[in-house]
Amino acid sequence: MRLDDFPKLFTKLHGAMPVWHGSVDAKDLRALCEQVLHGGGKLLALWGEDCSDISPDVQGTTREAGYALHVALVTAPGLLVLTLPVDQNKPAFPDLSDLFPAADRMQRNIADMLGLHPAEGGDHRKWTRHASWPGNAHPLRKSFDINATHATEMDAYQFVPVTGNGVHEIAVGPVHAGIIEVGHFHFSVIGEKVLRLEERFGYKHKGIEKRFEGMSLEQGAKLAGRISGDTTVAYAWAYALAVESVTHTTAPLRAQWLRAMFLELERLLNHLGDLGYLGNDAALGFGFAQFWILKEDLLRMNSELFGHRYLMDRIVPGGVSVDIDSATHTRIFETLQHIASTVSTLKNIYDEHAGVQDRFITTGRVTPDLAAQLGLTGLAGRASGQAWDLRAQFPCAPYDQLEVLMATHRNGDVAARVTVRFEEITESIRLIRAILEKLPQGESRCAIGEVQSVHPGIGWVEGWRGEVLIALHTGSDNLIHRLHAHDPSWQNWPVLEHAVIGNIVPDFPLINKSFNLSYSGVDL
Amino acid sequence: MYQIIKQILHTGIKSEKPPQPDDALRSQVQEINAQILKYVGRALAIRHVDAGSCNGCELEIHCLNNPYYNIEGMGIHFVASPRHADMLLVTGPVSRHMEVALKRTFDATPDPKLVVAVGDCGRDGGIFGTSYASCGGVTSVIPVDAVVPGCPPTPVAILQGILTAVSRRV
Repeated sequence: MRLDDFPKLFTKLHGAMPVWHGSVDAKDLRALCEQVLHGGGKLLALWGEDCSDISPDVQGTTREAGYALHVALVTAPGLLVLTLPVDQNKPAFPDLSDLFPAADRMQRNIADMLGLHPAEGGDHRKWTRHASWPGNAHPLRKSFDINATHATEMDAYQFVPVTGNGVHEIAVGPVHAGIIEVGHFHFSVIGEKVLRLEERFGYKHKGIEKRFEGMSLEQGAKLAGRISGDTTVAYAWAYALAVESVTHTTAPLRAQWLRAMFLELERLLNHLGDLGYLGNDAALGFGFAQFWILKEDLLRMNSELFGHRYLMDRIVPGGVSVDIDSATHTRIFETLQHIASTVSTLKNIYDEHAGVQDRFITTGRVTPDLAAQLGLTGLAGRASGQAWDLRAQFPCAPYDQLEVLMATHRNGDVAARVTVRFEEITESIRLIRAILEKLPQGESRCAIGEVQSVHPGIGWVEGWRGEVLIALHTGSDNLIHRLHAHDPSWQNWPVLEHAVIGNIVPDFPLINKSFNLSYSGVDL
Repeated sequence: MYQIIKQILHTGIKSEKPPQPDDALRSQVQEINAQILKYVGRALAIRHVDAGSCNGCELEIHCLNNPYYNIEGMGIHFVASPRHADMLLVTGPVSRHMEVALKRTFDATPDPKLVVAVGDCGRDGGIFGTSYASCGGVTSVIPVDAVVPGCPPTPVAILQGILTAVSRRV
């Protein structure tokens, strides 16, 4: 199968984003993945589904096999979602981790959660599962009862051993020293220098994807907004797009513009917070105080105007749950004006502060070549020459009328990730102003109908951290059969392991913060 | 340096008055000696433990450190180890994968100690509920002194929960 043919061979899904879906066999899956890779494309997400409870006549031959593996690939024309039927008597699929290193943990997650394994090759250690359910039970199988508790076993996990004269290990976590999510970092060091970092996550696994099963399309929105609290807007938007795709709904134009404003406000909140902490981690407490005043100003504005500090539940399937009037515009303009001028002052202070720059420059470097090879994405990718930004490449409304300027740098160090954040703050402020100036009149919410499509619903949004994907598979009863949420942290966590090599242990918090990846978003 | 001082002077003092304790947030009778509470109420060391949250509550806990809430100005600070802590501030439904770590953190905290559960999830598991992967609220794993509902609760509400836990029950 040739990649060039897919817009003809596969079905284009309803919605503003260019997404195609089709079924393939194992040979074609590998062939298409290879072509995507060599054509400069990348793997976005990988997830599995238990289809054994769906009657085959509902959704065709894919369902007869019992299981399905779904692969989302980013290509020049758009997103290609491939479905590989997997025989329940032989639950195996072709290993993709040799093509896309980021596939490794996703495959291990599928093995834990659904019991499908790469046929050959790949890392076969568990990933998401610790000790709360046995290795032969798989939560995403339909036979698995969400409420059943299981006898816990010993959580034996084999870290890759690093040996040699003078090598010692530092184990950190799951409970960390700061106000931060939980995960385990296993350092092998010589003196102060990091030889190797190995991450172990899954501590926050709270059964989100299983919880989605059987929910109505309306119910799912609230849970989608709580997959990763700092990315609630992007997830809510992606979920809404997925629902609108399967129900063939189009949200009113005004709602689409307001959604983009919320997304840019979320980007501002996170970038302001991170820049404060990056100053703090480089011993400039002044930076923390200043940026967090600005963040709090914005949070209070959100609360006052939109009813929630982090804009949770403001984006819903069919539109937005809150609208604004013209008096609101002035309030937003004033707040943004204050933030823009203060950030400009603070940028000069950061740029000219020798101590801060000494910590930022060359620290935690990911070269563009390494970033491309490992699939580094989002904000961190853009700091390492990976020029991907959905808002610029596949602009849906309103981005198609705003000409988003993508921030890209090539140094790939902490300083580059700081610079990308500064530039994206400027751009987000410009975008919000432009949105308010051109905001269309009309309704801001419409009703969503019944499921119209046999294809999955896909929501694909450039969140502040990177690309967020929601893949929604509905059953024949208008309920959620399977929902997969993909966070860009899946791609970027493994790259952090490389970014710290050769750096000193005390720089790890700074490097980690410069990526600021999600634990909840990958543990699910 | 001149630019930094100029910006500090230009910003001025942003700190606001703290809220009062609220009896409605108490979850159990506190048995801790009033004298000790009087003491720790003025120099409280808090260890935050994320037991499985969505990270929303953490965002609001971070805000407590910003100049508006200025929690350190009240003598309350966050510490890096449970060994240094008077209080655990626990977020999230307790995931089963964090059950052991949370118990160990509790055990590592010296007596007398207080626990404040933060958020709807910390209260009863919230939207994530109880399941094969979630134990539900914090109280299902360790004893809790005060609960702060909300999704996420505002910094003022969290501060109020902290002050409620350390204030003597009348």
